[in-house]
Amino acid sequence: MATTDEAAGGLQIHPMDQFIVKPLFGDGPIEWYTPTNVTLWMAIAVLAMVALLVLSTRRRAIVPSRGQSVAELFYGFIHKMVEDVAGHEGLKFFPYVMTLFMFVFLSNILGLIPMSFTTTSHIAVTATLALLVFFTVTIVGFVRKGPGFLAMFWVSSAPLALRPILAMIEVISYFVRPLSHSIRLGGNLMAGHAVIKVFAGFAGAMGVASVVPIAAIVAIYGLELLVASVQAYVFTILTCVYLRDAVGEAHH
Amino acid sequence: MEGDIAEMGKFIGAGLATMGLGGAGIGVGHIAGNFLAGALRNPSAAPGQMANLFVGIAFAEALGIFSFLIALLLMFAV
Repeated sequence: MATTDEAAGGLQIHPMDQFIVKPLFGDGPIEWYTPTNVTLWMAIAVLAMVALLVLSTRRRAIVPSRGQSVAELFYGFIHKMVEDVAGHEGLKFFPYVMTLFMFVFLSNILGLIPMSFTTTSHIAVTATLALLVFFTVTIVGFVRKGPGFLAMFWVSSAPLALRPILAMIEVISYFVRPLSHSIRLGGNLMAGHAVIKVFAGFAGAMGVASVVPIAAIVAIYGLELLVASVQAYVFTILTCVYLRDAVGEAHH
Repeated sequence: MEGDIAEMGKFIGAGLATMGLGGAGIGVGHIAGNFLAGALRNPSAAPGQMANLFVGIAFAEALGIFSFLIALLLMFAV
């Protein structure tokens, strides 16, 4: 790699270096118990969530403080989303959905701080969250509906001849769900952060003309702020859509 | 020599995989454009359909992200 860097006139771009998982202390091998930068930033996300939702609402008032009104804003937003999408029955899962949203949202936003680490850009993190949703939906669906949960795959509004084919497609799309659910979040954030690093590499190599890539970085940073919140929203609303299959009436 | 050709194929494949982004762009633009067309005809119904808009965009976009994933797999995993 060193020769190609020199050939390009000192242009050094390593957009993927920011995603390397490092141990916090020393540089030994990473075991499952090693505190790494992922551990650190996940802990910061959880602490930020506690600070926002618990500490700011500890002294509740009729006229809310700034922290309390932000917390109420998030609570009302997610509560309405769960009720609208997953139905009234889905409200039993509101604490889970709220936790999921706050964790993903705060991880995305904290990852935008320069020199920080974006935990949700790793497929390992998002796949864990998506598999939890997948198993929750499957188990809750079978517990609440019994074998009737399988009727989800048998589209009764379609012509009889088409139903076996549709059932196959529905089964495949059901099992692809955790994959697309996790890769959407992880891929979006990873791609966005890599783009910022690529433009930063341009800025380092262009001398005075680096004003242009720096302006582009500012614009992309704004876009990334939008992507961070929209992807957290999309992850949560898809969770609600999947929960509707498990708790709601058949919607085919 | 053989290793070089495999390396070359890897890069060509990764480059070709980025064409999937075009499909995702068409899909997302189609959804957003149709939403806007409908929203301008009946603005009062638009806020209630925002959730459907985002879900539709998310589904269309996921397929583009898959092509990005294939490019990454070719570059770093194959």
